[in-house]
Amino acid sequence: MAESILSLRGVQTRIGRYHILHGVEFDVAEGGLTMLLGRNGAGKTTTLRTIMGLWRAAAGEIRFEGRDITRLATPDIARLGIAYVPESMAIFADLTVQENLILAARTGPPDAQRLDWIFARFEALKRFWMLPAGNLSGGQKQMLAVARAIIEPRRLLLIDEPTKGLAPAIIANMIDAFAELKDGATTLLVVEQNFAFARQLGDTVAVMDDGKVAHTGTMAAFATDTDLQQHLLGMGMGEHQ
Amino acid sequence: MKQDWLPLLLIPVLMLAAFALVGSASSWVTLSVAGLAMGLMIFVMASGLTLTFGLMDVLNFGHGAFIAVGAFVAASVMLALSAWMTADSLWLNLAAVAPAVIAAMAVSGALGWGFERVIVRPVYGQHLRQILVTTGGLIVAEQLLKVVWGPDQITLTRPAALRGAFVLGDVAIEKYRLLAVLVGLLVFAALALTLNRTRLGLLIRAGVENGEMVEALGYRIRRLFVGVFVAGSALAGLGGAMWGLYQETVTAAIGAQVIVLVFIVIIIGGLGSVGGCFVGALLVGLTANYIGFLAPKVALGSNILLMALILLWRPQGLYAVAKR
Repeated sequence: MAESILSLRGVQTRIGRYHILHGVEFDVAEGGLTMLLGRNGAGKTTTLRTIMGLWRAAAGEIRFEGRDITRLATPDIARLGIAYVPESMAIFADLTVQENLILAARTGPPDAQRLDWIFARFEALKRFWMLPAGNLSGGQKQMLAVARAIIEPRRLLLIDEPTKGLAPAIIANMIDAFAELKDGATTLLVVEQNFAFARQLGDTVAVMDDGKVAHTGTMAAFATDTDLQQHLLGMGMGEHQ
Repeated sequence: MKQDWLPLLLIPVLMLAAFALVGSASSWVTLSVAGLAMGLMIFVMASGLTLTFGLMDVLNFGHGAFIAVGAFVAASVMLALSAWMTADSLWLNLAAVAPAVIAAMAVSGALGWGFERVIVRPVYGQHLRQILVTTGGLIVAEQLLKVVWGPDQITLTRPAALRGAFVLGDVAIEKYRLLAVLVGLLVFAALALTLNRTRLGLLIRAGVENGEMVEALGYRIRRLFVGVFVAGSALAGLGGAMWGLYQETVTAAIGAQVIVLVFIVIIIGGLGSVGGCFVGALLVGLTANYIGFLAPKVALGSNILLMALILLWRPQGLYAVAKR
């Protein structure tokens, strides 16, 4: 197994009086795509937000490339090369598609070659370049949210349910884009409910249950172990989508 | 957002309706210019407040203190330069007004910086405490003004060049009001350019919509907020200086008096929207002047009525800001 780029040890997160994460532990191998699976409410989104510093871990340690980032502020975590695509997409509706991407390219104007690469996969973004992002359809907003995360080379992408509500053709483009990204120097940690998508792209898997990671391993092994799927997800991966 | 021209249309509609009711064209022009001048002065004071609310969800009732301090500082500078103020030369008059305005903005901006650090920072995310502590800040500031400048009101005479009116036929337009309109439009243009044409402006607009995501992109929104807070306080100081010259008197209560109008304007406009604040301010200024002429008895409540009507039509204000 490749060296881990991100590791979580005993991470606990509380939101108000709710104790959501009860000691999350897993590693994300460098250069691959790790799928974070689990039932609704298992703590997947909270895990991504805690890594990003949007919720503060009450205990435990998060290390990125060997460095302790548990107490870093969100902008500092982003500057280390971690990008986040929230489930809500959080595009800036009042800004045009272009302006959204200009802001996302923090270190300078968006690179033309990279932009062409994005346009080739998400053609709608080129078409609606000057349109306020609030006018885009749900799928187009998702494209923009992903494009914003990859407009500059990043070390690690945290993506929360990228295929939610997307048409199959767009999902296929998303799969291509993620596959190319992980072949490059980018590592991905993806929360996903679409099992077909998860199986196709995931190299490794971490399955969460009740605020903890209950299983880690390769996606290939998990995809064939229907008993384990039933036990951890309440259904088999083949039964869904 | 799609271009939404409807709220903008309210201004000519209001002006035309008033024209029909007022009857006399010359009175209507005078009232309209007075309304626009008042509206634009309120806009100058309110623009910073709407952005600080939008960016960090901070309800700052202490904003009135920056307005009052601006008025007092400007008055002090102008009184110190009274020889230039009363001189019969436009340039000498301006040489007195310009440093007064710059000093007002500098002191209000600096005060804003301190206010943010000491009073606002400990209460982020807690609306009730914000209201209590910033209102307290306003009261304390008002009393401190009395300590520094004394309890009596200061009479401020406009410089010679800004007194009197341009007379066109039977229409008289006060010079100072025209200047206020000009300054207000310049501030609006500068803000619009910054917000729409610069990276800083993009960040502010994005931050108003979703500050958390701006942070996740690697920007430190806290610094952005402090910058906007200071700039907004400085603009409040500019507005206070303009208002003081407009009223020709300055009292410690000026902040508390004007802050009510300022809040009406930013609520009408949609909290966080500078464009909405602009339209709201013009509507409030015009309504106050027209109603003051047509039905003086209801003038006091007319702005509240205006706010109620607009909120019935658009509960989030004229230009609701899309929030996360």
